[in-house]
Amino acid sequence: MKNPQLQIHFRPSMLACTIIAFFIISCTTVKEYQKNKLNDAEMQLSSRKIEKTELNFQSYREGASGANGGKTGGGCGCN
Amino acid sequence: MKKLFLSVIGMYLTMLAAFSQGGPKTDSAYKPRKLTFEEANLVSSYYRQDGNNSAVTGGIGSEKLTDFSNSIDLKLNMYDRRLRKHSFTAEIGIDHYTSASSDKIDPSTLSSASHADTRFYPSLSWTMENESKGTAIGSAVSFSSEFDYKSFGANINFAKKTGNRSGEFSAKAQAYFDQVSLIYPVELRTNQHEDDYATTGRNSFSGSLGWSQIINRQLQISLEGELVYQQGYLGLPFHRVYFTDNSVHVENLPSTRLKIPLGFRANYFIGDRFIVRTWYRNYHDDWGVNSNTIQVETVVKLTPFFSVTPFYRFYQQGATRYFAPYGLHSATDTYYTSNYDLSRFNSNFFGAGFRIAPPEGILKIQRLNSLEVRYGHYQKTTGMNSDILSLNLKFR
Repeated sequence: MKNPQLQIHFRPSMLACTIIAFFIISCTTVKEYQKNKLNDAEMQLSSRKIEKTELNFQSYREGASGANGGKTGGGCGCN
Repeated sequence: MKKLFLSVIGMYLTMLAAFSQGGPKTDSAYKPRKLTFEEANLVSSYYRQDGNNSAVTGGIGSEKLTDFSNSIDLKLNMYDRRLRKHSFTAEIGIDHYTSASSDKIDPSTLSSASHADTRFYPSLSWTMENESKGTAIGSAVSFSSEFDYKSFGANINFAKKTGNRSGEFSAKAQAYFDQVSLIYPVELRTNQHEDDYATTGRNSFSGSLGWSQIINRQLQISLEGELVYQQGYLGLPFHRVYFTDNSVHVENLPSTRLKIPLGFRANYFIGDRFIVRTWYRNYHDDWGVNSNTIQVETVVKLTPFFSVTPFYRFYQQGATRYFAPYGLHSATDTYYTSNYDLSRFNSNFFGAGFRIAPPEGILKIQRLNSLEVRYGHYQKTTGMNSDILSLNLKFR
């Protein structure tokens, strides 16, 4: 008998693993002089400065937090 | 509030005056041995929210709140004898908020001291980057203070790039040591005239591991996993809970919590004008909260120096096992809360922003590198909604 709750959790994780595996096998070496687009200020792989207050209010108003550079509990009266 | 507003205007004008002359041009190959200015950021936000499920009044009542938030960070760098780059960042933030629900901690007063408060939060960080080895280490300390909450934080971090510089591994360990003032709802206080509130501790420890990877000239991705452990007083003392027998209690939650968020990002530069930024997070904790978040934003570069960014974020959350609405908890419950932030809901957050970064600087001020404005509207299926307007000025 399968646990339905476990199944719901399992599917997004499997999907994420498949996508990541697809990306990794597609990797090509990019030389420094070819990184002009990757180095664009809006291509950074993190939250942007202007999102700082958004991330704070989301960590107060939602039960989940973390994995985005925002607060993960602590430092404020939020959960 | 007026004083705070005038202080912020003053800070902006001071920064504009300080950087309007422009500094000496430096050769990109030059490695300064003295501490050199790298960049400064001013971020201001105005946030307002409303709803009818305040935890202070047991899951019913106004959630009206406003927050005016401002922060300034200053980043300096220098190279040592071994040509390692040292970056130092100092940041100061100040928030002023008003809250209709906090005013209900003591509803007998016309307007209690808790209806408004100011949070002050400075931090310092240091990073040492060895460009030849592709490694970086760093640490930071932070402090946050508001009337009923104090926090000390510290972290250490490490990053290492792969040999071909297309991948990077990162690790971070962080701790917060907080003190919560035990301000109970007025009807539940043993000493009605108490001004010197007792405090209790809340500690948070987290470790995170990340991997970022360049896939090709237009696409890069990252994966981040965190493990967060909290212990101590994890509820808030002024959150009321009404039981089925109409008795009122203070929210009671377990003294530990383990959170596991996993995040995935992919940024794709399409052609010469579009950047698609995506983010997905899967979250679980041992209070029974499970959630999925997805965010997509598209940067449209109308010119090389002006871009517009519409965005959309969807959030889905399952309730903690300790949640029940107003008047539904019973005396047999060990843990109980009527905080709708821990209930089952979905939320939508959408809006747009624009960014200007002309080569000659904003208003021809060479050092004023970019100006960014962003507006977002947030809606929960519980009925709560909010708006946020943010401004970021970057000086380089």
